[in-house]
Amino acid sequence: MVTMIIKRLIQLIFLLIGITFIVFMAMHIAPGDPASIIGGPTATQSDILAIHHRLGLDKPIIIQYLDYLNGILHGDLGFSFQTNRSVAQEIWTRLPNTIDLAIASMIVAIIIGVPAGIISALKQNSWLDFSSTTLSLAGISIPNFWLGALLILVFAVNLQWLPVGGLDTPFWTFKGFKEILLPAITLGTGSAAMIARMSRSSMLEIIRADFVRTARAKGVKEHMVIWVHCLRNALIPVVTVIGLNFGGLLGGTIITEQVFAINGVGRLMVESIASRDFPMVQGGVLLIAFIFVIVNLVVDIVYALIDPRISYQ
Amino acid sequence: MQPQTTETSVSVKVSKNEALTRRLKQFFKYKLAVIGLIVILVQIFLAIFANSVTSYSPTVQDLTHVNLKPGSPGHWLGTDNYGRDMWSRLVFGARLSLMVGFSSVIIGTVIGTLLGLLAGFYKFLDTIIMRISDLMFAFPGILLAMLIIAILGTSLLNVVIAISIWSIPSCARIVRGSVLSLKKQEYITAMRALGASHFRIIFQHILPNGTAPIIVFATMHMGTAILSTSALSFLGLGAEPSTPEWGAMISAGQQYMWQAPHLVIIPGIAIMLVVFAFNVVGDALRDMLDPNMKSR
Repeated sequence: MVTMIIKRLIQLIFLLIGITFIVFMAMHIAPGDPASIIGGPTATQSDILAIHHRLGLDKPIIIQYLDYLNGILHGDLGFSFQTNRSVAQEIWTRLPNTIDLAIASMIVAIIIGVPAGIISALKQNSWLDFSSTTLSLAGISIPNFWLGALLILVFAVNLQWLPVGGLDTPFWTFKGFKEILLPAITLGTGSAAMIARMSRSSMLEIIRADFVRTARAKGVKEHMVIWVHCLRNALIPVVTVIGLNFGGLLGGTIITEQVFAINGVGRLMVESIASRDFPMVQGGVLLIAFIFVIVNLVVDIVYALIDPRISYQ
Repeated sequence: MQPQTTETSVSVKVSKNEALTRRLKQFFKYKLAVIGLIVILVQIFLAIFANSVTSYSPTVQDLTHVNLKPGSPGHWLGTDNYGRDMWSRLVFGARLSLMVGFSSVIIGTVIGTLLGLLAGFYKFLDTIIMRISDLMFAFPGILLAMLIIAILGTSLLNVVIAISIWSIPSCARIVRGSVLSLKKQEYITAMRALGASHFRIIFQHILPNGTAPIIVFATMHMGTAILSTSALSFLGLGAEPSTPEWGAMISAGQQYMWQAPHLVIIPGIAIMLVVFAFNVVGDALRDMLDPNMKSR
């Protein structure tokens, strides 16, 4: 197990370096000179050259990349072309909203997905199973930005139960809960559907396993068979799906933040792409990709810990 | 000798037809997938005959008839905030979403398949291709697409490129998996012993026998491509707001949602129906073609 973790950590380091390289190169390939964007239309040739020098753009590309890596290690992601503020600082102030949204959505997804999948498996081929599987497919197919708009229309505009948008307070407070409920449902629906599908198929596999038959033959009560023998084993692969979905949810926050006007990293990135604020895009992409790979690594390790049959060669 | 060959080819043809009929019969057992197939066929029909089934141009404005509700005379799905006919925009949107979906799936699947074949067949290429795909997997799909659009600029064509690139590693991985198991088969060993070239083994023997997972991937990915295109257009990173693209229509309609909810509801239902259709058909194909993946 320790060897596996060390191996994965070494792989992670290479992966993180690879991500920084891709993001760095991507912004270098992008058309348009950053110095011209910063200098504006009135900048003279000497102004542009001065900006080039200040940003280190006159150095060889490999040196620029090493400077960039060095900056990342010191928490320096550069400065925004638009606001001239530190990218790391801008992202840092918005990150809590994005993380809150991803966590709240995951909670919604688990609350809906796991019971739906399990009930569906226990009542296989019933109308309940059919409805659950059909709804799961619909959940995967529904555009979340559309679902968000509909939820706003019904619950915020017509019924006026919940606010239209924004997220100013932590979600564990009552006000924060009301603010995050609609965005979390919007973002969590797709993951709930995936978790439901996984829980159902995993549960169906376990129900037919030999050890479950043995438990029944020994006269163990049905609810004990389901809760103790089946559920614990069936949920192992579900944990992986939940973990992997968390990474996906981070990507999904980009759209949901836009729909509900939440000041998160995703919204910042969309605005930055529109204004061609490359350092901001670079910082946002880097951060989300970093969190994504680290979450995936943690999921892999947790999976190996809870299921001793898993061994990574 | 001649009659025997003809006999053999006839029997092969008959057995191929039988297999196709059997597959079709099998497919028709999946009721939801049949409904999905009908939805896809209707969309294809509308996309092809868009000019014949609509009476108005999807882009021509009529400011005397703005935000008409569905069921209005002359505009059975109503009009938008510029007085453009919603039915026309929906139908031309179907054409656009199919075009974007098909092109990105074809580009992604072709390149992904080629890379997967190479990675599975040649060990030295395997490490390189798979490490690059690992790196691409480090970015959530939509993020990777946004990064590509940030480089290339916002347009529908760039969305196609972005979604194609995003789908390459998944496809390559699936194909590589099939190649790894297929190349151990006895008939491949026999082909090698007979001195067949690598090109012939890969494209005439491995590829035709490994098409099932590619078909399933492409079908399932159509839904993802359509959904992602509309999401990117919604964010303002894809189609221009005036373009009859479903995501852009929702984005534009959001401002008028309180007075004219149909501007948001109608294109949303269209996206959901089409993506749902591709997903159920993909699910059924997976169950049929890949028994190991069968969702119980």
